[in-house]
Amino acid sequence: MQKLSLRDKIKEARISAADSFRGGKLMSSIFRPGSPFRKGYVDSPRNRSYVVMNNVLYHLHPVKVKRHGVRLSYTLCLGGLSFFLFIVLTITGIWLMFYFRPTELAYVDIQNLQTSIAFGSLVRNMHRWGAHLMVLVVFLHMSRVFYHGAYKAPREFNWVIGVILLLLTLLLSFTGYLLPWDQLAIWAVTVGGNMAGYTPVIGAQAKFGLFAGLEATTATLLRFYVLHVLFLPFIIVIFMAVHFWRVRKDGGISGPL
Amino acid sequence: MVDIPEHLLLRSAEARAKALGISVEQALAEMKGETEPTVVAKDPEVKVIDETPAPAAETPAPAAETPAPAASKTDTPEEVDFAPEVKVTQRLLTVVKAKPIQKPVAEPVDKVNTWPHLMLPEFVSLMAMTAFLILLSAILQAPLLEEANPNVTPNPAKAPWYFLGLQELLSYWDPQIAGVMIPLVLGVVLWMAFPYIDRNPETHPSKRKFAIMFYTFFLAGAGVLTIIGVLFRGPGWNWTYPWIDGIWFDDLLDWIHFE
Repeated sequence: MQKLSLRDKIKEARISAADSFRGGKLMSSIFRPGSPFRKGYVDSPRNRSYVVMNNVLYHLHPVKVKRHGVRLSYTLCLGGLSFFLFIVLTITGIWLMFYFRPTELAYVDIQNLQTSIAFGSLVRNMHRWGAHLMVLVVFLHMSRVFYHGAYKAPREFNWVIGVILLLLTLLLSFTGYLLPWDQLAIWAVTVGGNMAGYTPVIGAQAKFGLFAGLEATTATLLRFYVLHVLFLPFIIVIFMAVHFWRVRKDGGISGPL
Repeated sequence: MVDIPEHLLLRSAEARAKALGISVEQALAEMKGETEPTVVAKDPEVKVIDETPAPAAETPAPAAETPAPAASKTDTPEEVDFAPEVKVTQRLLTVVKAKPIQKPVAEPVDKVNTWPHLMLPEFVSLMAMTAFLILLSAILQAPLLEEANPNVTPNPAKAPWYFLGLQELLSYWDPQIAGVMIPLVLGVVLWMAFPYIDRNPETHPSKRKFAIMFYTFFLAGAGVLTIIGVLFRGPGWNWTYPWIDGIWFDDLLDWIHFE
């Protein structure tokens, strides 16, 4: 037998330590059978199925998908990116909530965020541009679905849910628009709220309900804040769950053309 | 006649050769019809057929109508030996047409494993999006104007960009039409009902030209109105040129300059 050098011995010991850790009770309790993080994972069709099936991902993805749907040029990943942007916005949004009060102090809080809080400016920018991007990506996703005729039977109802999700995205973006409490925010919301005032029959009530008064004040700010951080995210998550569930129940991705 | 695959033919030739005690080549030649089939001399000991009352088999379809063995034993006293030189060990009761128990509803489709063929591209595009967003946020500062003041109305006061197409429409038509009826009826009701209105089952673009045209028209219209609203409208909602009068949209103010 060949004598091992010290370096090889260390390497061997490292590998066996890593192996016994990966094969240990802790890791086996965290990762279910078939996980690539478990010891002894081999790339086999059976394990490829287990990666999805024995995982929380099974709520989102089936074990197998149509071959044509995997091509990036078919979906451009727009639906997935919409969902991902929502997650990014949730994370940055929760972070921003630590530094923001929806009162007359809102403007000062945003100023402080930009000038005296570490990464405050970056996170605020990510939240704002991410929101614009999400509106755009959701709209592009809808266009992609339309051009593929993917709203046709049996997916009609999922299209309806998709339109609701687009409206909720717009509402989320719109309510967030007021929160910096600067001239841009208040007047954009005033323009939008006045449009709601033109609703036939219930125009005045709609406007009053939206503004929590006759015009945009700090009461409106509080109202939009609660809608933005709690109510609308709660609603949109429910609709997203139904949307994703229906994608799978209606037979996965549509097509090929 | 259907071509029997070579390996299957060989396998049955081997079986036949073993049963009849002949060579495989000969059995193969017989099966292909090149030589006369071998007739096996019967074993005298096996020839006990006459004693066994089992009715003859190896008959084609008509045998399907023969009644159960017990009945045939009593009803037909005379046994017709259809194949007297072979010992019969089984009989044909009925011919069952070959059809599957389960009826496949859908044709099988070409599928691949989600892991890794879908999840890896997803992960890559997710990382790319994160990188893009962080880069964008590092370069472009989100706007923050002076503190909100209800007493100072900016001119023009503009909505967020995704509503600027509507605001542009508002400058043409009565607000009841442009501000409410169009977004509500066209934007929500018609949009949601679209799959129920478009009953054409075709998905290929060449077979649904009207729908494609309709959507493209909508897309172009919304795009043009939004661009006009964002870039070409100045104080008093008058027409301005961004390269002459500058941009009157504060959301873009900090990062688009034409000077």
